[in-house]
Amino acid sequence: MTKVNVYVTLRESVVDPQGSAAETALHNLGYEEVKSVRIGKLIELELEGTSAEVEARVDGMCKELLVNRVIEDYRFEIEEA
Amino acid sequence: MKFAILVFPGSGCDVDMHRALNGVFGKEATLVWHTDAAQLADYDAVVVPGGAAYGDYLRPGALAKGSDAMTHLQAFAKSGKLVLGVGNGFQILTEAGLLPGALLQNKSLKFQTGAAKLTVENAISQFTAEYNKGEEITIPFAHQYGNYYVDQETLKEMKENDQIAFTYADEFDQGSTEKIAGVLNKEGNVLGMMPLPERAVEEILGHVDGQRLFKSILKKVE
Amino acid sequence: MEPNAQQVKEEKLYRQMGMTDEEFDRAVNSLGRLPNYTETGLFSALWSEHCSYKSSKPVLKKFPTSGERVLQGPGEGAGIVDIGDNQAAVFKMESHNSPSAIEPFIGAATGAGGVLRDVFSMGARPVALVNSLRFGDLSAARDRFLFREAVAGIASYGNGIGIPTIAGEAQFDNCYSTRPLVNAMAVGLLNHEDIQKGRAAGVGNTVMYAGAKTGRDGIHGATMSSSELTVEEDTEFPVMQAGDPFLEKLVMDACLELAKSDALVGMQDMGAAGLTSAAAEMASSAGYGVELNLDLVPQREEGMTAYEMMLSESQERMLFVVKKGREQEVIDLFTKYGVEAVAVGHVTDDKMLRLVHKGEVVAEVSADALAEDAPVYYKESKEPDYFKEFQAMEMTEPVVNDYKETLKALLARPTIASKKWIYEQFDTHARRNTVVAPGSSAGVIRVEGTNKGLAMTSDCNSRYVYLDPETGGKIAVAEAARNLICSGAEPLALTDCLNFGNPDKPEVFWQFEKAADGISAACLAVGSPVISGNVSMSNEVNGVAIQPTPTIGMVGLVHDLSHVMTTNAKSAGDSIYVIGEADLSFGGSELQQMTEGKITGQAPAIDLEVEAARQKALLSAIQNDLVASATDLSEGGFAVALCEKVFGTENLGADVTIAGSAVTALFSETQSRFLVTVKEENIAAFEAAVQDAVKIGVVTDDAKLSVRGEENAVLIEGTVEEFQKEWEGALQCLLNSED
Repeated sequence: MTKVNVYVTLRESVVDPQGSAAETALHNLGYEEVKSVRIGKLIELELEGTSAEVEARVDGMCKELLVNRVIEDYRFEIEEA
Repeated sequence: MKFAILVFPGSGCDVDMHRALNGVFGKEATLVWHTDAAQLADYDAVVVPGGAAYGDYLRPGALAKGSDAMTHLQAFAKSGKLVLGVGNGFQILTEAGLLPGALLQNKSLKFQTGAAKLTVENAISQFTAEYNKGEEITIPFAHQYGNYYVDQETLKEMKENDQIAFTYADEFDQGSTEKIAGVLNKEGNVLGMMPLPERAVEEILGHVDGQRLFKSILKKVE
Repeated sequence: MEPNAQQVKEEKLYRQMGMTDEEFDRAVNSLGRLPNYTETGLFSALWSEHCSYKSSKPVLKKFPTSGERVLQGPGEGAGIVDIGDNQAAVFKMESHNSPSAIEPFIGAATGAGGVLRDVFSMGARPVALVNSLRFGDLSAARDRFLFREAVAGIASYGNGIGIPTIAGEAQFDNCYSTRPLVNAMAVGLLNHEDIQKGRAAGVGNTVMYAGAKTGRDGIHGATMSSSELTVEEDTEFPVMQAGDPFLEKLVMDACLELAKSDALVGMQDMGAAGLTSAAAEMASSAGYGVELNLDLVPQREEGMTAYEMMLSESQERMLFVVKKGREQEVIDLFTKYGVEAVAVGHVTDDKMLRLVHKGEVVAEVSADALAEDAPVYYKESKEPDYFKEFQAMEMTEPVVNDYKETLKALLARPTIASKKWIYEQFDTHARRNTVVAPGSSAGVIRVEGTNKGLAMTSDCNSRYVYLDPETGGKIAVAEAARNLICSGAEPLALTDCLNFGNPDKPEVFWQFEKAADGISAACLAVGSPVISGNVSMSNEVNGVAIQPTPTIGMVGLVHDLSHVMTTNAKSAGDSIYVIGEADLSFGGSELQQMTEGKITGQAPAIDLEVEAARQKALLSAIQNDLVASATDLSEGGFAVALCEKVFGTENLGADVTIAGSAVTALFSETQSRFLVTVKEENIAAFEAAVQDAVKIGVVTDDAKLSVRGEENAVLIEGTVEEFQKEWEGALQCLLNSED
């Protein structure tokens, strides 16, 4: 069994209103050192196969379903369980 | 003229579209459950209705893209027959790659309902021929992911091919690139739009400017 | 290890489940032995106030609940009222106050989900949602958070399932600070022959379970909603299950298809006290028993005990009974919608609720004892000292120096201000039948395939109820009926959500009794019986009760959609009429609260005969096409209603002259009053039809407001825009403020 964490973020060219709203809120709470907030999502997968085997498969999953590459970027980390 | 309304689990506005096509315009319209999408070829036009297919989970439209029905829909579009996607249907069409761009969360970060003023940008397509170019029309909307995004390069191409059908003439654009509200594919047989024309076909419900969109389709096909 | 029966008794473990010593003894007597841990749980849940109405029953009995249109009164999932042509309207209002105080998004969302299940479990397709909200005045960050999230939660559920929210109201007062009220109402339609009830009948028939799996969430939710909230910093929040509108839509569509099948015997949703209440109530009401094999119940978590499964309040679950031998077709039906349906038991003739888990009988209790034999409490009732004091007060006009500025300030009060910030988040037009969306007196939807409409509203001014519960109860009903009349509808029936403080306090119970008396009297006067409802007690924070808030949800019938009426004036030149004279009604008024920072004195008086007569006359004038626009006078009085006539119109204004003392004429909240506009050609017929109507001015086309008083003195003058700006922006502005 292998665990994979897929991190999906908005592409840099895409405005992230949720991130901007969180940034403003943090400033209001006194965390003025915050210079940027970008909000993305974490997708946790558990799958069969060794880390070498799953890499290409997970990349396929990202491209075909988990990520919309028009607006999103992704990267993933593989952990041997 | 026979319409298929392609229904996914959660496509709540399927009945809205059916009542508009069948009840108001008196046309034959069938709700086609996504698992029966092989039948689509028997119809003259397919409408992908609004609602929240698969609960909008992952991203609106994403899980519908992953269903078997998509292969049939893609083949139908390729055959040159008309495909209309409204609201969530538009999101599904962009996710499936039948239309350029993608829909992001509204700039307001909230679900928003209202009636938007749109400018008709393309009045020669099979969906919009009954409108006049530059005309302002009012069409209701209801969405949380209505912020249309497209990169500059694709946008340039879209402009060259006259693929922008409608733009917002008011503040309801929700951050959409160049205030785009509705887009056509290159071939002009697929239209997607966030505003909901089927909600603007009866006086008693407040708006009628959607009528001409359906009349354009009917005129073209019949 | 679960405690044994002896330990439950000796260590008084039932107390943790919310049972008193007397109630435990009662359960022991009813059973003839000591209940085990699971059985104690069953009793505690079904005998909670939320499920049994043990404290409120004697009072609720007084409500008028019958009428020639009533097909189903209180006692089922929802009430049903005939609307002609073999169709019926099905509706119910429910509170989700406690969950919304803890996790407002989920709490409010699941409230909408639960009341929708009540409606479709009757076999009716839900066609509209209404919500009634009460929050602190938004000056505190916590209240702004609760409000924002609750609205987003309601939106996520209603929009997700695709049912339009077409009406509602929101009021703001610091008595609701950190303890908001979220009351949701669902309205459905069905044909008479499709009415379903929660019945587990026919020995050997199969009990089935469909929808979400059962988890450990919401265990003892029914008991929690019956207790007070204590506010502590940084307490750990209990796990709450998020609602899943997507699953609910699938479950709903499947259940509505099942309702048309003759395989179905009875159906009920698993709401408060989950599987326990659904199984016991269905068995008890049909006069049968039910045996469940808990091993077959779909479970989301491992190692769940019988106790946990029976008391879980996981959302989106239905229980139903189908004819023996028809299980597979029902499973197939649900499978088509992607919903799991499984047989979990059968109907017996021994009237027992018997639970089998891992091959052993883990509970065996009389279904009637659970569903019917809860104790009934005749609570002590005592007139509070404040009431005498207020009644003895001499009422005077609040001091107002500048009418125009006062009107502007009133328009910016959150209770009066435009609620667009709320309803623009709702899909108000899903299903394509909304004729009047939120923003007018009531919402109206078209009854598909007919020229009829259903109008709906929710109302309650809790300040009046606090000052004088009986009068306030009357006003809540009268105002709801007024809102329907002003939309062109004949009131049919009502549902209620009775939100009060801790009923063990005699003063609170007195408020409850008196408010119910007022509601009953007004129901009879306006001809609308109570057909369903819900009681929410112990709405208190740190021992302080909310103002008593008996929310009324009322549904009316628009016989012909051409009668539909809205608030806005229609065209310049139309005459403006006011129906009813202003008197010194400032007790509990928005002006009093605003100028004095508190409410005192007597609630506005109401004469139900006058009320009913005016409603009747106005409705008949509307139905005879004599009226161009109509609205009732409510919070803020005449001046606010006049503004609402022209706000949002294309350049319309108003030029009126009013008689009597200016403060009273402008801002008094005298009851049974209306403001209408009438076209020139209908003036004579209108005046003959509505004899209390007095012409006070005309609709103009200059987008200006001009109100003159005695001797032509200018009271208020300005552009509509300057007033509208205050009214439109107020909620957003309050929500934007930072501490």
